Amino acid sequence: MTSSPLKDLARHVEELLATVRELTSMDGALEAEPTITGKRSILSTLQKSLGSLEPEARRDAGAQLQEARRVVEEAFATRKNELAQVARSEALASDRIELGDVIVQNVRWPVDAGHPGLVASTQRSLEDVFVAMGFRVSEGPEVESDWYNFEALNIPPAHPARGLWDTFYVELGDPETVVLRTHTSPTQIHLMEDAVGSNSLPIHAVMPGRCFRRDTPDARHLATFHQIEGLVVDRGITFADLAGVIETFTRAFFGPDISSRLRPGFFPFTEPSAEFEITCTICHGEGCRTCSQTGWIELGGCGMLDPAVFDAVGIDSEVWSGFAFGFGIDRCAQMRHQIADMRALIENDVRFLRQFS
Amino acid sequence: MKIPLSWLREFVELSESVDELTTLLDDLGLVVEGVQSVGEGLEDVVVARVDEIRAIEGADRVRLVVVDAGSGPLEIVCGATNFAIGNYVPLAPVGAELPGGFVITGRKMRGVTSNGMLCSARELRLSDDHEGLMILDDLTTPRVGEGLLQALGIVPDVVFEITVEGNRPDAWCVEGVARDLATRLQRPLASPPLAEPNGTDKTATVAVAEIQAPDLCGRLTISVLRHVTVGPSPSWVAQRLLAAGMRPISNVVDASNLVMLELGQPTHPYDASRVASRTLRVRGARPDETLVTLDGVERTLARPGRGLGDTGVDCVIVDGDDDVIGLAGMMGGSSSEISDTTTEVLLEAAFFDPMTIARSSKRHRLRSEASARFERGVDPQLALRAAARFVYILRESVPELEWLAEPLDVRGTMPAPVTVELREGDVERLLGVALENQEVTRLLEGLGFRVMAAGSTLQVTAPSARLDIRAGAAGRADVIEEIARLHSYRLLPRHVPSWPSPGGLDDRQVLRRKLRDVVVDLGGVEAWTPTLISDREFDAVQPGAERVRITNPLADDESVLRATMVTGLVQAWARNVERGEGNVILAEIGAVFAHPSAGEPRLTKGGVGGSVELALPRENERFTILLGRLEDSAVTAVALWAVMAARLGLSEVVVRTDLAPATFMHPTRAGLLVDRASGAVLGRVGELDAQFLQSVAPGVGSRRAGVLDLDLDTLSDRSLATPRSDNASVPSRFPSALFDLAFVTPEGLHAQDLALALRASDELVEDVRLFDVYHATGLAQGARSLAYAVRVSSFDRTLSEAEVAEVRETLIATGAALGAVLR
Repeated sequence: MTSSPLKDLARHVEELLATVRELTSMDGALEAEPTITGKRSILSTLQKSLGSLEPEARRDAGAQLQEARRVVEEAFATRKNELAQVARSEALASDRIELGDVIVQNVRWPVDAGHPGLVASTQRSLEDVFVAMGFRVSEGPEVESDWYNFEALNIPPAHPARGLWDTFYVELGDPETVVLRTHTSPTQIHLMEDAVGSNSLPIHAVMPGRCFRRDTPDARHLATFHQIEGLVVDRGITFADLAGVIETFTRAFFGPDISSRLRPGFFPFTEPSAEFEITCTICHGEGCRTCSQTGWIELGGCGMLDPAVFDAVGIDSEVWSGFAFGFGIDRCAQMRHQIADMRALIENDVRFLRQFS
Repeated sequence: MKIPLSWLREFVELSESVDELTTLLDDLGLVVEGVQSVGEGLEDVVVARVDEIRAIEGADRVRLVVVDAGSGPLEIVCGATNFAIGNYVPLAPVGAELPGGFVITGRKMRGVTSNGMLCSARELRLSDDHEGLMILDDLTTPRVGEGLLQALGIVPDVVFEITVEGNRPDAWCVEGVARDLATRLQRPLASPPLAEPNGTDKTATVAVAEIQAPDLCGRLTISVLRHVTVGPSPSWVAQRLLAAGMRPISNVVDASNLVMLELGQPTHPYDASRVASRTLRVRGARPDETLVTLDGVERTLARPGRGLGDTGVDCVIVDGDDDVIGLAGMMGGSSSEISDTTTEVLLEAAFFDPMTIARSSKRHRLRSEASARFERGVDPQLALRAAARFVYILRESVPELEWLAEPLDVRGTMPAPVTVELREGDVERLLGVALENQEVTRLLEGLGFRVMAAGSTLQVTAPSARLDIRAGAAGRADVIEEIARLHSYRLLPRHVPSWPSPGGLDDRQVLRRKLRDVVVDLGGVEAWTPTLISDREFDAVQPGAERVRITNPLADDESVLRATMVTGLVQAWARNVERGEGNVILAEIGAVFAHPSAGEPRLTKGGVGGSVELALPRENERFTILLGRLEDSAVTAVALWAVMAARLGLSEVVVRTDLAPATFMHPTRAGLLVDRASGAVLGRVGELDAQFLQSVAPGVGSRRAGVLDLDLDTLSDRSLATPRSDNASVPSRFPSALFDLAFVTPEGLHAQDLALALRASDELVEDVRLFDVYHATGLAQGARSLAYAVRVSSFDRTLSEAEVAEVRETLIATGAALGAVLR
């Protein structure tokens, strides 16, 4: 029997394992890698020497060598991992800052102008207009039960009108009982319930907030968007008051040369319902592509609160009446800044964001 | 819904221009989404016969077609494949101008000159069909070279594309739209011609109709039609259907569709010979019954659906053997379909319960023209009138048609007629303007309402077509809407209301604005990152934790509600870093969500009728700021917080070391913002962990980023975020004395705590301010030297040196009590 090229394999493995054990740093490990498991390793040299063996012997030797390599590689990986952890904890220790010791006056802060979000600043302008008109501002949750998002708003289960809203359902409770709110209208229900509970009618409020519809985003729509909703519940409120509020708001927000008009529409929670349109802000009523030559663009929906909604929240519709309206905040921003593609709003490219103040 | 003007004109005289009509329809709430001219610009298009089809070398998408259009063979390159030699097709020759202004030129493609274009129906704006060429073989006598308009008998027309609102089932047909116009314009509304039964046999002698589920079906009528010959429709029928966007199929099916478009009643024709015992019964489907509908899909019936309260009721039509042959009001089965050999027809015209159809349609994902109408409510009185109209139309192509006497008409539960009381002042109370009763009556009667005056009150009974009109107070609103709509919203007055309560923002809204202003004023840019994130992004922060999941996400990586905004901001930052714009502070205000099982769920009303208490995710509003400028770190984040705290007037907040930092925080640069008075944690401050950055945004490399993550729910609660006292103090007019104190402090003693303690230890202390921190090598492990500038003064005198020295001693003692040793 000729001397096997692997006769010293056990010793080689022992030596390699010892080398691995003696590694003390990640840098050292990376430097040693070629001689431990890489091309300059004794294991690679032995591998090459197997070529001279008979096939059967070569197969056996190959298996032995492979096992040896596995042992060494495993040990090396373990060691590297240990070293990395040591390195990290050392780095973390030397990085430690006692944040309570920070002397704020000594911090250097480069001067640069910041930029509020376009949606946030549009929302703020809208709120300011309505606050000046005597409205409070209210907010509500983004995850709602079917009751608040639909049923209390006179949209019972399976009602075909539900098709108007492409709804994201949340995996909680029974199927389709929890939703991402598709509009800000559920906040109306919360407000009315609270007012009934605390005996604090009337209500004059606007409700801005984030909404969700299962609609593939395109240049004009995002699946996540923002609405502002208005609600007045008081004595003697009429459709004329609704039209007057819409007109006052339109002129205050869009400018004195922009006015509003109503045309019949349908929302389950208002009756009569209307779509409201405003003078096209691009052509100021002359007719252009944006308004399909009509001079008007649709902004939102509104109407007198449906008695069924009053019933759902326990308000006597013989005593109280009211109206609601709602429209898109993002859409107002898009119109005001003539943003060609709404998706720019969610891309967070600071080159885009820096244009707004 | 597409409505040709010519069709409307059969119901009401309309001399207005198309623009005037568009405005009028819009103002009636019949929104005109588009106006299309049909047959306009088709003057040059002719009928051609396909004589030869050849492949073009090197082209696999187009072929060479040789046609004859009356003046010898013409070579045309064509991409469609739905035709064969011998078919007749429309040809737009070179020089022709198609609708929309497209001019045909002799183009050379693949070395072959195309001498014109063979057209699809959509290219000719005759229908939406773009599956291939329009095939003209159905024409009774196609003549090569004849103008297409003459060949099809098309008279140029205008088609309104109208969206009908969900509460106007009555307007979802030509007659309904015409009725609105006639009422507004004060013109008479014509009725289309109808047939009369002409058979001698009574229908009951050959057919059976039965309603076994009266709740599901309010009315079932069956007409038996004999001597039917199935064939093409008269060209005016085909054209009307094409103009309305439907494809002509055969005279029987077309008549059914035409009646639906015209009057709003879906009907269903069965081949009578294929309906066992000529019997149609309506019942609820039994569990696991199946039906192959006309679209070839096998449907398992009566299975509860996902919809809230959907118990799986399917209303079905069964034959004399009790076998299901149709999904009522939605789609028939293929077994009894009309075919070329049909000679006897059972025509079903019925009224089905709208909610049942709505649920079935949703569950089976089967929306047909019929189901869309039934789920909104078809006029229950319309069935036999629709049958009469059907027969009238079919008889035009089948003159020998026999309609058996006394069509079957059985009833289930019919909707009760609704009468609404309009009291004096009701209209004015809702609209803000009084309308004369005479005008109110005219408008309502025009729409088919019956109006009876009883003193100053009007008793208004809704027509059977108006299933949207409810009873009671809601019905009053419904009726007044109709009055307002017909009168015109534009003529109603406007009034700006006022009320005694002032408008304004609440504390949280004011706080949010202040915080946003600070960040923006200091250079922050506000971002908007996704609420819906991927599992991977969620796991990067809370590996394996329970998450709030979306059942039907648009994409897998948008299927989980975020639990923090940090990940989104890091990714937004990374994209800006990649564009070389990473030297930025990004901030976002928004909600993050915690699974209800994680504790503190939001309890709210849910379930049908709001009768169940539901545990919804807790929504926490946060203001998260990522400081990504080159100089940023935990230190600048602390500085930013200091400015914000000052802006909010918080005086009790200190930064404590966060001993259990979130996974995204740098473990040794993580602090909590703690209100000393309430103990509440208002947020976290520090730096992002390098490993976390690597995992969610490898693009940022080894850059450091400061982070400030504020809890607005806590911050806006004055019992948790303690505000400074509103009482202002006027500084003393006597001079202050200044001295410095440096302490060696043990690990764990907070510099801010020590400062606050020093300040509180003597009333003469005006201010204590940290100005130096020094980690000396000679000090014990963790110990450091803290140097404070102290200002002392009195309101009534100039302090003597001795008094100042006494205060100094007090402060040293205060420090000592906390373990701080004077250096």
